[in-house]
Amino acid sequence: MELADVVRLLEAEVLVSATDMSVKITAAGAADLISDVLAFVRERTLLLTGLTNVQVVTAADLVELTGIVFVRGKKPGRDVLEMAKSRGLPVLRTHLHMYEACGILYQAGLRSSQVGQDDNNDHR
Amino acid sequence: MIIANSYDVTLSVAGHDFVTAGEAASQIKRTLETLNLPPKLVRRASICAYEAEMNIIIHACRGQMGLRVTEDKVAIVAHDEGPGIANLDRAMEEGYSTASEEIREMGFGAGMGLPNMKKCADKLSIKTKVNEGTRVEIIIYLPTSEG
Ligand SMILES: Nc1ncnc2c1ncn2[C@@H]1O[C@H](COP(=O)(O)OP(=O)(O)OP(=O)(O)O)[C@@H](O)[C@H]1O
Ligand SMILES: [Mg+2]
Repeated sequence: MELADVVRLLEAEVLVSATDMSVKITAAGAADLISDVLAFVRERTLLLTGLTNVQVVTAADLVELTGIVFVRGKKPGRDVLEMAKSRGLPVLRTHLHMYEACGILYQAGLRSSQVGQDDNNDHR
Repeated sequence: MIIANSYDVTLSVAGHDFVTAGEAASQIKRTLETLNLPPKLVRRASICAYEAEMNIIIHACRGQMGLRVTEDKVAIVAHDEGPGIANLDRAMEEGYSTASEEIREMGFGAGMGLPNMKKCADKLSIKTKVNEGTRVEIIIYLPTSEG
């Protein structure tokens, strides 16, 4: 799946654009705790979160996530967006709630950021 | 793997400074990247450094982070002059946290920092004394050139 597909599926607003919106996303994870973000193991992972502080950007950058989606229409501060931009981390915002946003991406074939969670019915 | 020059740096971390939180860990990560270490190893080391840094910021007043790379290993030391850990066995348990509600709202306080470090490190040693401080040492071995 491409980042542009995520934008379309989640009816998202692009707050920080990727240099290339066709960048590949192979997994996604949802977390409202920084420790959980650090436990994402797959590459090219997208984070869905309700946290909108700079710490979530720092953590996402540290484990080299491919992008962040803020759910439930949460609007991050300018400092957050500036930091994401400086780290080359695309940021989206969707009006959808966490459960719906995850469900839509999962149904569209995006697998879990955790190895082993859905390896048995991997429908990429 | 042989690294031509060993690398040694000390960074200071201020307690309760959430604005620059993660700065020391980012710097450690960038340094390891420039040394061309395997990406998975850099990731494990970065996670350890970040968790250790955040523990100083959340639970202690001030401290230092040190990175030392030698030909066989990466060593990260986080040292603080904080309240110390009264019960280290409890602190090592997944989900144990004394973080305040305010800290939890920022996304910390899951009680997963020390368990994460243990998972990512080859060796984790913690020395702590109540009212004096805590010293956390994380060792990650480099792959041997034959292996
Ligand atoms: N440097 C430190 N100084 C004093 N107490 C500490 C220190 N590091 C950890 N602790 C104590 O150990 C507990 C567990 O630490 P751990 O890092 O596992 O979880 P946390 O910091 O509370 O939450 P998380 O790391 O998931 O955000 C802390 O809540 C705190 O009581
Ligand atoms: Mg912690």
